[in-house]
Amino acid sequence: MKALSITNLTKTYANGFAALKGIQLTVEQGDFFALLGPNGAGKSTTIGVITSLVTKSSGQVSVFDSNIDDNPEVAKSFIGLVPQEFNFNGFEQVKHILITQAGYYGMPAKEAEPRADELLHQLGLWDKRHTAARALSGGMKRRLMIARALVHKPKLLILDEPTAGVDIELRRSMWTFLEDINQQGTTIILTTHYLEEAENLCRNIAIIDRGKIIENTDMKSLLNRLDKETFVLYLQHPLSADFALKDIRYQLIDDTTLEVEVNRDEGLNHLFSLLSQQNIEVCSMKNKANRLEELFISLVEKSEATL
Amino acid sequence: MNSPLTRRWVAFTTLLTREVRRFIRIWPQTLLPPAITMTLYFIIFGNLIGSRIGEMGGFSYMEYIAPGIIMMSVINNAYSNVASSFYSAKFQSHIEELLVAPVPNYLILAGYVAGGTARGLCVGLIVTIVSLFFTSIEIQHLFITISMVVLSAIMFALGGFINAIYARSFDEISIIPTFILTPMTYLGGVFYSISLLPEFWQNVSLLNPILYMVNAFRFGMLGVSDIPIAIAFVIILICITTLTSFALYLLNKGTGLRN
Repeated sequence: MKALSITNLTKTYANGFAALKGIQLTVEQGDFFALLGPNGAGKSTTIGVITSLVTKSSGQVSVFDSNIDDNPEVAKSFIGLVPQEFNFNGFEQVKHILITQAGYYGMPAKEAEPRADELLHQLGLWDKRHTAARALSGGMKRRLMIARALVHKPKLLILDEPTAGVDIELRRSMWTFLEDINQQGTTIILTTHYLEEAENLCRNIAIIDRGKIIENTDMKSLLNRLDKETFVLYLQHPLSADFALKDIRYQLIDDTTLEVEVNRDEGLNHLFSLLSQQNIEVCSMKNKANRLEELFISLVEKSEATL
Repeated sequence: MNSPLTRRWVAFTTLLTREVRRFIRIWPQTLLPPAITMTLYFIIFGNLIGSRIGEMGGFSYMEYIAPGIIMMSVINNAYSNVASSFYSAKFQSHIEELLVAPVPNYLILAGYVAGGTARGLCVGLIVTIVSLFFTSIEIQHLFITISMVVLSAIMFALGGFINAIYARSFDEISIIPTFILTPMTYLGGVFYSISLLPEFWQNVSLLNPILYMVNAFRFGMLGVSDIPIAIAFVIILICITTLTSFALYLLNKGTGLRN
């Protein structure tokens, strides 16, 4: 079953700006899906249309086979939204926010209370349940938005930059939490600027640029398209003046740091044998950029070049 | 899974509960000021000045203005509750909580209007209790009194909702109460009978819908009115129908809410 189906979606704002130019997108039930794109590409507008916050110009959107125009109440009941900006009433208590949101989805308070308690425990907000939301830290506010989106047990969770401005420890704990709920059956659509996040979590991906989907495939196939990777090697001792790597593109960052470009089909063994022959010891190494990041940049650049 | 009807009822009561909780939480801003202001009205207009005016419509001046003062507080509070609450929800973006939820537009309207009506009636009750310190109240026509105060609160809550939809700043939710609502209320027969006015101004006063509400409410409490009561009900029902239709049209269109 399709969790989300978008056909020929367009959106032109009153000032004439065409934010979406015929989006086609399908997300299968149970998927963990990444919707990526540069700033202003149309990600948030697409999410806005799906969640009824933005009025579309044309096209069709269905959530679990319920069309958002013909059957809005049913379609909306399937969705949980974590928006980019904090949008709760800061004067309300944390637990009230969750119970109120559950009520909007038709969940009576006696059902909503235990559900809210469960989420408050899971997301580490239990101690703050009677605190006014505005008094929470930034990370807690993010977690409150996730709890609020999940309180009515949605089948489709849409997260618009959920980890923006969140420290790495909290980000990783949120990844684990999201992976768990995805494994329990919730379909997740994620937009993020942290491409490492998308690469780690998502199975399928669409890249949107200037209101058009320029790539829509599974993560593995996309990453397989990467023909070169750049590694940074940190060396034990400074390199000698006559250092050279035959048939390999490289550059010296400083006398103990080397940047090397490796073709995917060659692997790393050849590189390391060349280094061993010259008695060069490597302390550690890392990818210069995240693999998805390299692909993302090349796809967006290619899309811009065709305009 | 609950039936659609049950889900809608839960959504409506949730919104109403949130609205009531809001105006109770900030009672020093919502419930206390009208009690103080209306006490001053009773002391200054009713007691100090009223004792020199004598009777009006066969009642002491204090008795005569009490229904008008109660109605004035109901109207102002029903209007300002919805205007400020809905505009704040827009301003802080938490209106999106409702817009993404499966709550039909008519329930959003009903929830806010019920919240505004609840505050209007709550303040009306407080002012009525305050008025008992200054005058005695004997309700002559209970049904007319209750129905007129509820309908008036609904009508002005709808007005506040439309104001909040169009408002783009907090200033814009105070313009209409300050420059339109307050003058209309003062000229709507709260403090005087229009029979005291020259014929031309009597006819001008008949164009003011608040005159009908104040007089119908006064008729319910005292049994005297400057206008026929049936006309008051017809006018208020027409106003409520028109405002409801317009508010729903704006909500369905997404004016001020959806891009």
